[in-house]
Amino acid sequence: MKSVAELPLWAALVVSALVLLGAGICLIGSVGLVRLRTFYQRVHAPTLGTTMGTAAIALGSIVCFTVLKSRPVLHELLIMLFVTVTTPVTLMLLARAALYRDRVEGGEEAPPARPPEGTKRS
Amino acid sequence: MSAAILFWSLTIAQIMLALALGCAAYRMFKGPRAQDRVLGLDTLYVNAMLLLMTFGIRYGTSLYFEVALGISLLGFVGTVALSKFLMRGEVIE
Repeated sequence: MKSVAELPLWAALVVSALVLLGAGICLIGSVGLVRLRTFYQRVHAPTLGTTMGTAAIALGSIVCFTVLKSRPVLHELLIMLFVTVTTPVTLMLLARAALYRDRVEGGEEAPPARPPEGTKRS
Repeated sequence: MSAAILFWSLTIAQIMLALALGCAAYRMFKGPRAQDRVLGLDTLYVNAMLLLMTFGIRYGTSLYFEVALGISLLGFVGTVALSKFLMRGEVIE
């Protein structure tokens, strides 16, 4: 197999752009994880990295190995699909657990429960 | 030419991903509550997986891909188990 240094120029440019884009988006998401104030705001920030960041880096890897091996190499699609499908599941479970804990403790951070049907909102 | 472009862009991308790992680790150690730590751990897993994929591009082997797949699977299972634990106090009901 050829080494990465023998990639043609256009492929090197495409791979570099995709990898830099993905890494930058991941960094933005993680900085948001540090800087946002409440947990319910913070839970949104890492999804930047898990959707667009993962997609961009996996696409860069696909382009790199497809050009290197002169045949379609698509196994990074597996990671892309897996991460994109599982992140909403885990974060919704985590947000429900946090909501439950906040409501049990009666803190002011938790959003109020939805009133039952037919009652007036204050 | 293309080797230099790839080298520098992959180096910058790895530095950015390492900073992202640092941010996630800060949130994991600082807290303030248990759910923040679990969220930090989940972000740490995803960022480490992406870092391994950039290493795979740099060295041109698909070995790193297998490791990245394993890490993403373990991260999913770990975060689900920890959220179940936070919700109910036990993992398997």
